[in-house]
Amino acid sequence: MSTPLHIGFIPLVDAAALIVAVDKGFAAAEGLDVTLIREVSWSNIRDKLNIGLFDAAHLLAPVAIASSLGLGHIKVPIVAPFTLGLNGNAITVSPALHAAILSELDGDPFDPMATALALARVVATRRKGGAEPLTFGMTFPFSSHNYQLRFWMAAGGVDPDEDVRLVVLPPPYMVDSLAGGQVDAFCVGAPWNSVAVDRGVGHILHFVSDILVRAAEKVLAIRHSWSERNPLVAAALVRSAHRATEFIGQPENRAETARILAQPSHLGVDADVILRTLNGRLKISPDGAMRESARYWLVGRDGASRPDPVQAAWLYAQMVRWGQATISPEALEAAKAVFRPDLYDAALGLRGEAGGAALGPLRAFAGPTFDAADVSGYLAWFRRSAGAAEPDPPKSKD
Amino acid sequence: MAAESSPKIVIVDESPIRAAILEEGLREAGFTGVVHISEMQSLLARIYALDPDIILIDLENPSRDVLEQMFQVSRAVRRPIAMFVDQSDAASIQASVDAGVSAYIVDGLKKERVKPILDLCVSRFNAFSKLQDELARAKSALEDRKVIDRAKGILMKLKGLTEEEAYVLLRSTAMREKKKIGEIAQSILTASELLK
Repeated sequence: MSTPLHIGFIPLVDAAALIVAVDKGFAAAEGLDVTLIREVSWSNIRDKLNIGLFDAAHLLAPVAIASSLGLGHIKVPIVAPFTLGLNGNAITVSPALHAAILSELDGDPFDPMATALALARVVATRRKGGAEPLTFGMTFPFSSHNYQLRFWMAAGGVDPDEDVRLVVLPPPYMVDSLAGGQVDAFCVGAPWNSVAVDRGVGHILHFVSDILVRAAEKVLAIRHSWSERNPLVAAALVRSAHRATEFIGQPENRAETARILAQPSHLGVDADVILRTLNGRLKISPDGAMRESARYWLVGRDGASRPDPVQAAWLYAQMVRWGQATISPEALEAAKAVFRPDLYDAALGLRGEAGGAALGPLRAFAGPTFDAADVSGYLAWFRRSAGAAEPDPPKSKD
Repeated sequence: MAAESSPKIVIVDESPIRAAILEEGLREAGFTGVVHISEMQSLLARIYALDPDIILIDLENPSRDVLEQMFQVSRAVRRPIAMFVDQSDAASIQASVDAGVSAYIVDGLKKERVKPILDLCVSRFNAFSKLQDELARAKSALEDRKVIDRAKGILMKLKGLTEEEAYVLLRSTAMREKKKIGEIAQSILTASELLK
């Protein structure tokens, strides 16, 4: 007797673990009869997971945290017993913005601090010339894309809320919006950056692994209450996703993985474009320039699948930094508790040896090494740094 | 806020027919301030300009995520909330998701004023789905007719049958093979195409 499960996903490469688990029979081998449901918005995924139409979902890690904290929406505690991948997003800019940044660039174009400072100069020049502020697309208010864009530009002195416009765009609309000039840049997951480059309308400026060494991107999300009632099913789901990421992680399986993902019912995108992202070797410019990075997208290796509460704490810190959440020790603990390495370990019969500490410190290109035990201190550094960058700091009279 | 006057309602829907059905229903029920947005470009700017009390959006619309950004804009005077924020009425949430519609309601609008609007949306969305199913069925019936007529023609020509005899042959074959007449007719067309 197999257990029927309904799992929602957004057509993105990092839904691979779930799609492959079903397609290759890993879920069936665990006694799960999974129906995958392709969705069009993260809001739909969140709502359908919350009200129980979905048993599990491919979900933005920050949405799992926001839902658990009741930020911006109803409070439904979610747990993530499995990370579907680390990194994988990229920042793509229009040819015009690319040229503007390069002309202001003082340093290596892969150095995010150099590009962020160049962006600040572009923004300042535009403001002087009376031009409209630059518009950046990202996928959801509670998304790593939002935080990665903000982190990057703020490091160069660009205020993401004042100096530019940040707008939400559904991933399939990103490329058209860049081509049509509605946005000047975007941060999105695969395959959309590559699609923009192939169409000649964008340059990949950064892999997000340039910004933060590793970022929990999507998680396998289940309701906390459901996980309590169905521990065996949840464990079986973790094992089938684990087998899928092991499969995807083998270089010889990449072509097959790309073919599976490319199917019209899954992503409906050319398999070659998907293969590039699986290889971590991307065409970054319409002129054919390539860039390779082993850290571009981490799945099935380097402890990528085991939920790391430090990652949850980093995401919570970003929510606080940008005014989406207020800071409290309780909220921090609640955020960390969304990521459940214990459920991962129990499902796979591990004893926690591959812990987050083994992965090394969580470093970004700017600011101190992240310390999950001192989120306030970490955020204070950014406030001081932003204050120092202000040419004319506001007097605190009121 | 818009005290007891008719609340301003924005319908975000790329389907003009469904939006018209919903709009008509709302007007009949006395909600006169209804605006339909079918163009998803600069959606947020248009919504801010309209300043509605209620926003209705179909769940197949990827731009739902764009609406979620409204919660983030600290400078917006009137902050909308998602219908789901009110957890007291699980049944109506379920009904609206099943029907495929979601609502965003500006904070402060009384629940009892929102409920009839939502109920109306759900029933109109369901009516639209039913209409679509019927249309699809009618269309496929029409397609079947065309295929059957062509298959009859082939049988009449190849076997020297009358139209009636050709139809009887199709029907008896379908019954024997436990298939639809349309399917048998389609296989005749395919076979004759192959044997050309």
